[in-house]
Amino acid sequence: MISDGKLDINPEVARKILTSFLREEISRAGLSHAVVGVSGGIDSALSCFLAAEALGPENVLAVRMPYKSSAPESFEHAQLVLEQTGAQSKTIEITSMVEPLFEHIPDADPKRRGNAMARARMIVLYDQSVAFRGLVVGTGNKTEILLGYTTLFGDSASALNPLGDLYKTQVRQLAGAVGVPQPILDKAPTADLWQDQTDEGELGFTYERVDQLLYLLVDQRYRPEEAVAAGFERSFVERVIALVRANQFKRMPPIVAKLSNRTVGYDFLYLRDWGT
Amino acid sequence: MRTLTLGLAQIKTKLGDVAANLDKHLEYAERAAAQGVELLCFPELSLTGYVLQDLVPTVAHHAAPDDSVFAQLLETSRKIDLVVGFVDEDRRHRFFIAAAYLSQGQVVHVHHKVYLPTYGMFDEGRFFAWGDSVRAFDTRWGRAGILICEDFWHASPPYLLWLDGADLMLFCSASPGRGLDNTDRLSSARWVEHVNQAYASVFTNFVAHTNRAGFEDGLNFWGGSTVFDPNGDLVVHAPYFDEGLTVVTLDLGQLHRTRARLPLLRDERTALVMREMQRILGGGTEGERRN
Repeated sequence: MISDGKLDINPEVARKILTSFLREEISRAGLSHAVVGVSGGIDSALSCFLAAEALGPENVLAVRMPYKSSAPESFEHAQLVLEQTGAQSKTIEITSMVEPLFEHIPDADPKRRGNAMARARMIVLYDQSVAFRGLVVGTGNKTEILLGYTTLFGDSASALNPLGDLYKTQVRQLAGAVGVPQPILDKAPTADLWQDQTDEGELGFTYERVDQLLYLLVDQRYRPEEAVAAGFERSFVERVIALVRANQFKRMPPIVAKLSNRTVGYDFLYLRDWGT
Repeated sequence: MRTLTLGLAQIKTKLGDVAANLDKHLEYAERAAAQGVELLCFPELSLTGYVLQDLVPTVAHHAAPDDSVFAQLLETSRKIDLVVGFVDEDRRHRFFIAAAYLSQGQVVHVHHKVYLPTYGMFDEGRFFAWGDSVRAFDTRWGRAGILICEDFWHASPPYLLWLDGADLMLFCSASPGRGLDNTDRLSSARWVEHVNQAYASVFTNFVAHTNRAGFEDGLNFWGGSTVFDPNGDLVVHAPYFDEGLTVVTLDLGQLHRTRARLPLLRDERTALVMREMQRILGGGTEGERRN
């Protein structure tokens, strides 16, 4: 009942929509270039492949931003993405950006340090966005967004995100179909913010399992007890629901205190594509 | 052979930029006329774009010769009949999602969308007034009817048009694509194609559906405009997602042949429907709620 293939996607349909989305929405902003931070992981690899296909590789700037403790393997895998897509590339180390901060906060735990690194990368990408005249393409998938497994104003920051409605297992499927290199498809997902970190180790469950649960709860609107009846442990269901709820703040712009009759965020309603 | 050469203008629009969209309409009309198209259909809200929100009052027009936009469209309609989508502002300043049929310099018919989806991703009821009638109208190729998107997600508007004489149903949509799965099309496309084919089959008439292409923020409009004939057979299918003009010549004699074989219209028990509707809606204890 759980593994019934409901998360399977037709990669060609997804590819068509997502490359058209990138091309059309970047051109509506009056631009023709994209900037993507490439970590060596599957999500940023897929975003880079899609952007290169949508805009032409010469119009995509792939930026590697290692920290001194980043796994060398990540850098090599990012290199594979650059070679295969033919995107323009740049490497900007963030070590010298974040170390002065860390000297001020010697007691900071890995989470604080990881957040600072993610935000330093955001600063680099948005700076390159101006220099390269391109929009920052996001790399966050639906699983991460729902679970809040992301740094606010860090890796969650982008101008547009082609992956935000694909679960991690769907990202894997699409990445395979567009030609993301095999070593990247095969390795364990990691934010690589500290040594030997893996997403699934940190979260305490596999993406495959949580994606199936999220699909029922979010897409199919199952009630918690229905998800339990479908074969998921109650404690797992409750934990995932709690994570989704607790991280709603990461999915929203800052809330504005309403005073006037017309307030941004409540009754000043326009799409970003307004007038284009 | 009695024919109608129909054009489906599966366009992208500029959100809130009526002047730019009007230019595209005139350009498509010219291209279509050059290809022999006699009736050219544009999608829902083709002059304005779809997710208008607070732009609604700023893009409204009125289908009349003294309206600057419609004056140009009416002039064009001397060469080619047009169905265009727009925001209609009535004299009491209510705003409707509307589609106008223009022919020979005249406004033949204006349809106001009667079902405004206000659920899930849709918020039309917040910004628009509900239309109040479903009427067929006469064209040079017989009687036709217009419905807009959610109108034909309900069975009653197509049924009413059928009884009002429409042999040619002109459906206009700005349908956001959704429901990616492992099949060759989005589930929203599959659903719309199913019901359009079903209407053509059970009403034994032509059903032409013109859908939007392009994006508005993250929403994709999936195109895939279609025509089904009175046998329920697919006559033409425009590409998914891509902007473009699709031209098809319909053999109107198919109405005669299909209905000679399958007299569903002849046998429709309208008096029975009326009696039962009166019973169901007329206040009996087992009746449906009134609406």
